[in-house]
Amino acid sequence: MFHRRSLATLFATLLVGLLVGSALAQVELRMTWYDDGAEGVVMREILDRFEAANPDVKVVMDTVPYSSGILESLPLQLASGQGPDIARVTNLGGLSQYYLDLRPYLSDPGYWDENFGPFLDWMRPAGSSAIPGFMTQLTVTGPFINATLFEQAGIPVPEGPTSWVEWAAVTRQVAAATGTPFAMVMDRTGHRLAGPAISQGAQFLDADGRPAIDDPGMRYMMQLMIDWHADGTMNPDVWIGSAGSYAAGNEFFVNAQVVLYMSGSWQVGQFTNLIGDAFDWVVVPNPCGPAACTGMPGGAGVVAIADTDHPAEVARVMEFIAQEENLAEFYGRSLFIPGHLGLASSGVDFATDSPLAAAALTAFSQQVPLLHPTAYAMQAYPFNFVVFNAIRDRLTQVYVGELTLDQALERIQADIDEALREAGAN
Amino acid sequence: MAATPNAVQRLNALAGDGVQRVYALAMNALGLIMEPAQKLLGVRRMAYLFVLPNLLVFAIFILFPMLLNVYYAMTEGGNLYPQDRPFVGTANFERLYTCTDYGDPNTCLEDRFWRAARNTGVFVFFQVSGMVLVSLITSMVLNRKIVARGFFRSVYFYPVLLSPVVVALIWKWILQRDGVLNAILVGVGLDPINFMLDGTWAMTWVILVSIWAHMGFYTLILLAGLQSIPAELYDAGAIDGTSTTQAFRHITLPLLMPTMMVVLVLSLIRAVQMFDEVFVLTGGGPGSATMLMVQYIYMTGFGTQNPRFGMAAAASVTLGAVLLVATLLQLRVGRGSERHLA
Repeated sequence: MFHRRSLATLFATLLVGLLVGSALAQVELRMTWYDDGAEGVVMREILDRFEAANPDVKVVMDTVPYSSGILESLPLQLASGQGPDIARVTNLGGLSQYYLDLRPYLSDPGYWDENFGPFLDWMRPAGSSAIPGFMTQLTVTGPFINATLFEQAGIPVPEGPTSWVEWAAVTRQVAAATGTPFAMVMDRTGHRLAGPAISQGAQFLDADGRPAIDDPGMRYMMQLMIDWHADGTMNPDVWIGSAGSYAAGNEFFVNAQVVLYMSGSWQVGQFTNLIGDAFDWVVVPNPCGPAACTGMPGGAGVVAIADTDHPAEVARVMEFIAQEENLAEFYGRSLFIPGHLGLASSGVDFATDSPLAAAALTAFSQQVPLLHPTAYAMQAYPFNFVVFNAIRDRLTQVYVGELTLDQALERIQADIDEALREAGAN
Repeated sequence: MAATPNAVQRLNALAGDGVQRVYALAMNALGLIMEPAQKLLGVRRMAYLFVLPNLLVFAIFILFPMLLNVYYAMTEGGNLYPQDRPFVGTANFERLYTCTDYGDPNTCLEDRFWRAARNTGVFVFFQVSGMVLVSLITSMVLNRKIVARGFFRSVYFYPVLLSPVVVALIWKWILQRDGVLNAILVGVGLDPINFMLDGTWAMTWVILVSIWAHMGFYTLILLAGLQSIPAELYDAGAIDGTSTTQAFRHITLPLLMPTMMVVLVLSLIRAVQMFDEVFVLTGGGPGSATMLMVQYIYMTGFGTQNPRFGMAAAASVTLGAVLLVATLLQLRVGRGSERHLA
């Protein structure tokens, strides 16, 4: 009896010791993540495979809301040194001071330079050769239309180069004919407005590379937005009804409450799941202006954070995810345009049998060669979020009558100048 | 094995004895500190020693952050830690107060601060006066012997128990474009109203929702005040032939004034600090029509990708100063009316 009890005690002690020992030996890394669609599920599966092959490292995904979690809280966490080990971000250049240079920890930095090279410049200060992370997706902004509404209205979808004014006119007709509440909606961000403004001739940056907002192209596009909000063409719930921060118009499009939705390629996965074949959603080419027919390039990246206590383990995780076969799976299942040059040239097998999704991804890919150099310049500008936020907030004040367009343009420039001065970027 | 009563008594005695021993041990240990301290400080100064723990908590969690905030208000830049922030003296305050015409926010360098200040003034005036009035009326009704008095007292207090975020979400659901209220308006043949897209409507609803959410608390305080007024005074007044209005003016109101002052001070402080409900309900919009001071501070310091901690701190120091002056003024007025009553 005593013998059996002693053996059991010994066994239990060993088991507990083993568990505690292995738990103590295991490094836990935290990854701050947000979802556009269901790509977090794919990433989790890739991480599960990593953990199975690397039992000494555990990666916890903290999935947060994009606006409050990534845009607002993450910068504060990073500034206070309380950030995660890895994060998915869209403000690629603006947070570059907090990124870890993975280069010394990578077994094959050449693979990263070769496949992520052009996008690494978006994540690091000019002239730096750091490797902070990789792109989870490349994005292109552009309009989606509800083609079923066009069909129901008996109005043909415009083909060939079409201006924003023409799109506004035709979507108003469709909305009127089908009883749709609004003709158009645009995500509440200066980034989404930038493509149309550049098409109208907006320069954004002066010869010295400093933001200069007030020009005829920007004025023209802003005036269109003001007019569309005043006459009910544009759904006011997004820009006017969502003060203070980014707001997406996707819900209105998914619920067929608008004819045209100005957003971008990251919506494809979500629309495939949420709309399916409930109606025909189609990506149309970016409307044209006198200067271009451009959207904005952009994207999201997974970056390593410099404050991590485990840089070597972070690098192992990043290397695993960034392997070509893993990224091919991630892009393919998430329906994201690849941010990996090798995969971009060899092609990704998108995991969808939806012809709408396949057509949308093709349409966005066709937009890439049409992107204007100014659009690339703005995407690479590290303080682009300062410019976009100022445009967003001040333009909204014009919609509700707090400012005139002239006052708004003055305020936008003043806001940008003050933010750059405080950031020491003068 | 079940314990016999004797065993229970013995156990209690043992436990009691144990507690007494622990207590005696603790007191002896305390005596080792207090006795030399008393010899050193003297009996009169021992009071400071007794309040020291509380003062330490106050200093660490209230005073130090306040002083740190004042320091932040005199620094600038995006760095979080004070030692990394350039000292700029009163530059943030100067920028904050630079206006050509204080009545027109568009002429101010920090126009959003002045819009928030103006909105806060409007909100505080209407919310506090509305709150006091509605709470007073409600408490007087609930003080009468009405049917289901207990039920109604609970009903009016219920919103106080709700989280401010829940309150705001409920009302957002009611007031949005496709919300319950618009469904009712359409149902009775009226046009729907975009309550959250019009500045005046949005501010009106923000005030009404805030009154709805908090009136139960102030009603309860006023009800307690009403119940402390001796019934004999009303009886005496009735014998002298006072009308209901006269009784309210000359008995109820003066005797309720100290309680009213408490309600006024509490509701004023709460109104100036208002953030959560309004932030969830309107986000400060449309435009900046319902952006209040605390939201301005939050948005400037934290709710943005390019935080301006120095400017946010300067605004919060200003708000704190205004709140302090308002509270002191109210307390002075309150003491005056109490003396007048005496």
